[in-house]
Amino acid sequence: MVQVCQSTIIDAPIDEVWRVLRDFNGHDRWHPAIASSVIENGEPVDAVGSVRRFRLADGGELREQLLSLSDEECRLTYCLLESPLPLMGYVASIRLKPVTDGNRTFWEWRSEFHPPANRRDELVRLVTDGIYRAGFAAIRKLLSVGQRQVPIVARAVDAPAVARAMPKPVEPVSAAVSDRTRAIVVAKYGGPEVLEFREIGLSEPAYGEVRIRHTVIGVNFIDVYCRTGYFDLLSPPGVPGMEAAGVIEAIGPGVSGVSVGERVAYACPPVGAYSERRNMLPELLVRLPDDISDEIAAGALLKGVAASFLLHDVQPVRPGSVVLVHAAAGGIGQVLVQWARHLGATVIATVSNDDKARLVERLGAHHVIVYTSENFADAVMEITGGRGADVVYDAVGNDTFAGSLAALGVRGHLVSFGQASGPVGNWDIGRFSSKSITVSRPNYGHFTDTQEKLAPHVNRFFSALRQGIVRIEPPRRYPLAQAADAHRDLESRRSTGSLVLTV
Amino acid sequence: MPKVYVSSVVNAPAADVWQVVRNFNGLPDWTPFVAESRIEQNAQPDQIGCIRNFTLKDGGRIRERLLALSDYDLSCTYSILESPMGVENYVAKLALTPITDGNATFCEWEAEFDCAPEREAALIQQIGTGVFQAAFTALKKRFAR
Repeated sequence: MVQVCQSTIIDAPIDEVWRVLRDFNGHDRWHPAIASSVIENGEPVDAVGSVRRFRLADGGELREQLLSLSDEECRLTYCLLESPLPLMGYVASIRLKPVTDGNRTFWEWRSEFHPPANRRDELVRLVTDGIYRAGFAAIRKLLSVGQRQVPIVARAVDAPAVARAMPKPVEPVSAAVSDRTRAIVVAKYGGPEVLEFREIGLSEPAYGEVRIRHTVIGVNFIDVYCRTGYFDLLSPPGVPGMEAAGVIEAIGPGVSGVSVGERVAYACPPVGAYSERRNMLPELLVRLPDDISDEIAAGALLKGVAASFLLHDVQPVRPGSVVLVHAAAGGIGQVLVQWARHLGATVIATVSNDDKARLVERLGAHHVIVYTSENFADAVMEITGGRGADVVYDAVGNDTFAGSLAALGVRGHLVSFGQASGPVGNWDIGRFSSKSITVSRPNYGHFTDTQEKLAPHVNRFFSALRQGIVRIEPPRRYPLAQAADAHRDLESRRSTGSLVLTV
Repeated sequence: MPKVYVSSVVNAPAADVWQVVRNFNGLPDWTPFVAESRIEQNAQPDQIGCIRNFTLKDGGRIRERLLALSDYDLSCTYSILESPMGVENYVAKLALTPITDGNATFCEWEAEFDCAPEREAALIQQIGTGVFQAAFTALKKRFAR
């Protein structure tokens, strides 16, 4: 029998390292030797006894079984069931310990097995270097300070107060107009038909501003509210849109820390993203790392940041929480389902039809309710044995608000963060005392309007993407000129996932 | 029961670090806060059950009993018999683990004890920072390379 033991120090807190390593099916997302992995029979990844079947980058297929898992000790043990290599009787364990001196992590990876004598050295070397040491290096890279650092562009320096007045008029009437660009303009509040594609003036970037050439533009329900006048973020005539990715094209006076050609994205007011090019202040721009595509940034930044503060700040979701997510097949719904599941919650999702139900089940929802065919509040009570949900994330509004209140347990929290089906109307809060209900109405801006507030959410979301905690399906693409079609599809509830406009 | 856990990394092979910390009578050699130490009853310092009787630089006297010592696991467990700290049922364990990456040592020191509730926070701070981490810092400096 041989024993292999390798250990290292990772410069990240133990919680972060354990979050990655405890996912028994997550090794294909960080280990360079592993191409793909699935858990057999749809078992939960943290069920002791579950079997992962995975393929190596060189094509070999292996099966390994989880023998023990301890969140208390940050330790897991597994054994090899099938392998193209003669690693007979291979049992391995991973354990982590905190290094309190510096908030780092000690990681030990050890195993024992019975190799044939003539291949002993080769196999020990393979396990030591090809698996354990390569794994250390990959995790170190994944969690290194460089990857975790704030991806936010430096702020403008000493911008005079006058240049900060927001929002800027979208069609400058002064002599400063030096260029033209094409954009979608809301000439008056109304339906999708009011979205006009036309040329507008574009001034040089003013003091403290940068100009961005958009590549991909995100479409969000908030854009519909701007178009209809439900929110007063846009005064006609104006260009809607609060999310996009692109490249810095020009830099106005008084801006430092940004260079022409840098890839950036944003998800913030003021409106104006539905355009080929625009000027804006750089404070809330996010510098895009190489591994985040323009399409994913434009399609998911706003949803990811919103999901981050909804799940961590508005109502911290903890292991064992019962979370109800409405419109779970929608853009933000998909992120909430995956992330809440990762946080250890029991996730109950509602969707409008069976196709969406299948999609949401694949994302990891524990229970899916097709609300068109059953009463979701009753279903939640049945699923939870009468306990009810701890938190309901409800962006549907009018159609679901009453049911969401009914689905809550005692001291439950209804987070109303949208009204896709119409405003929720007036409610007598006295009735909430029957369950000590909390209702909150978070506003995106209040959680993201400074770099200090925004950066932790961006970092957390990018890290969740890298680690595969949240997977974003490729967004549905529409040419910028056809923004009205995108709005129609979004409002009709026909769409799933994200919608983007391409330039 | 209050618990203290402190861990650190020393840049030297575990065998070298163990040679220093294994000596139950060796606190004056490697910690910054012990003035002198002796083993009672003329026992050997690696004899399980032996008692070390030492004086702190601030004058306090402490008696501790060796409960376990392992040259295989590189660990040492002991209890406090007498001290000016006001703790009862105090058991501590010092353990070393090799870090193969860079041939360094992962050092852990943990303790459990009972005390008056209002003293708990101060004792955790005193033992964790004033004793365990201070000793680790001295070890790190000793083996700095």
